[in-house]
Amino acid sequence: MIYMDHAATSPVRKEVVEAIEPYFTEFYGNPSTIYKVGREAKKGLENARENVAKLIGAKADEIIFTSGGTESDNIAIKGIALKNKDKGNHIITSSIEHPAVLETCRYLEKNGFEVTYLPVYQEGIVRIDDLKEAITDKTILITVMHVNSEIGTIQPIAEIGKIAKEKNIKFHTDAVQSIGKIPVNVDKLNVDLLSISAHKIYGPKGVGALFVRKGTRLETVLHGGGQEKNLSSGTENVPGAVGLGKACELAGKELEKNMKYLAKLRDRLVEGITTNVDEAYVNGDTDKKVPGTTNLHFVGIEGEGLVLLLDGKNIAAATGSACSSKKLEASYVLKALGLDDVHCHGSLRLTLGSENTEEEVEYVIESIKEAVARLRSMSSIWNERESKMKDLEDKNRCKTCSLE
Amino acid sequence: MYTDKVMDHFQNPRNVGEIEDADGIGEVGNPTCGDMMTIYLKIEDNIIKDIKFKTFGCGAAIATSSMITEIALGKTVEEAYAISKNEVADALDGLPPIKMHCSNLAADALQAAIEDYRSKQ
Ligand code: FES
Repeated sequence: MIYMDHAATSPVRKEVVEAIEPYFTEFYGNPSTIYKVGREAKKGLENARENVAKLIGAKADEIIFTSGGTESDNIAIKGIALKNKDKGNHIITSSIEHPAVLETCRYLEKNGFEVTYLPVYQEGIVRIDDLKEAITDKTILITVMHVNSEIGTIQPIAEIGKIAKEKNIKFHTDAVQSIGKIPVNVDKLNVDLLSISAHKIYGPKGVGALFVRKGTRLETVLHGGGQEKNLSSGTENVPGAVGLGKACELAGKELEKNMKYLAKLRDRLVEGITTNVDEAYVNGDTDKKVPGTTNLHFVGIEGEGLVLLLDGKNIAAATGSACSSKKLEASYVLKALGLDDVHCHGSLRLTLGSENTEEEVEYVIESIKEAVARLRSMSSIWNERESKMKDLEDKNRCKTCSLE
Repeated sequence: MYTDKVMDHFQNPRNVGEIEDADGIGEVGNPTCGDMMTIYLKIEDNIIKDIKFKTFGCGAAIATSSMITEIALGKTVEEAYAISKNEVADALDGLPPIKMHCSNLAADALQAAIEDYRSKQ
């Protein structure tokens, strides 16, 4: 199988599996206990913490382990909001955040907070001027993702962080899609809080971390035994944390090599597709992107069909088409770029990983070419696309006037 | 999530194409997710002699289009008009609940094509 959906999840590397294994069978103790098997577990946990911290230029005691990016985002956003509710009730985020951020913000909106969702324009990147304008004396938190999962665009985190610092506003970034893909340093990025997930960087699912800068005070939103600095609770997922630690260690070592390699593969992929397929367009900024990620749309076809045809050729990829979503709605990220439903329909996301090869890329280009041609030969709008797309756009506009 | 039959009709759709001198053409759009389907009919002696489709839509939309053309071919106009969306879905061994509207679309497109034919009589 050719796996090109690394933004969804990634295979766990052998080295990671090997590092984890003894923590299931040998060092299975509860790290809160004082006897040997517990101490061994604790050692593994703290070693993992060091590794996570090292990758992002933090100190080990600024890292708490969580069950993944979603938990990290919840702890950070709700924690800051509740802690500072006497100072203000305004939060700024972007319109293309992960649901873990967006839904948390919506929840807070229902509970007396006000949220500004910054637009991202055609390039899929927030603008600093919009941010400056949005800040009020009630703003207590800015939360903007480092890299978007669907289109791969890199947000100007360091700049946002600088402004937040000047204004004394806490700043959180969801770095789930940037860790291990581009350099991430909490000091250079000027962030107070940063979310990490293991399974996007060849680690196990169900484990992640949150960086909390020393001195940043959070209200506890997850109550229990208080194992992780009283911000997260429950007996520690030691094997998971060890896996995350190992994945971070490897990601750091191989970062530069992988960045070059993936950029090369991705550039060839995009070039191959856009030169071989008519009316194929890249979604979002083409430069300010993590290496390895591309999102395109093909006029006149629907993405779920495309994904299924590619699956038939043993290729795993993703789409932002309404037809393949649970709610039958086109991707809100693509819509935030100003794409209407009919263009979102034909979208395809390809996210490469270090195990992909040049031959695979060539095969994928060929397969996409065939699949798109096949779907277009069946498409009721391809031949008269100009008039029909226009019709559909007009119809959709009524449905989604929020865009206009 | 799709049955083998859906996948078969999606991957090897029957009766794809257009009929140039069609006796009836039905074009419908899907308000739920925004896809479009067109069905072309050739009718002789009140019998559907030829039927073709073109669809801009998901795997289920293509499979239901293909299936409904197969069911309708050779039927009388009245029989074809009576084909229900459930009949199409059943013939495909079922559709995921969220995809039932796609079979709706196929039935609507066929009915629209028949109405177009009738309006020209
Ligand atoms: S055509 Fe959109 S869900 Fe079937």
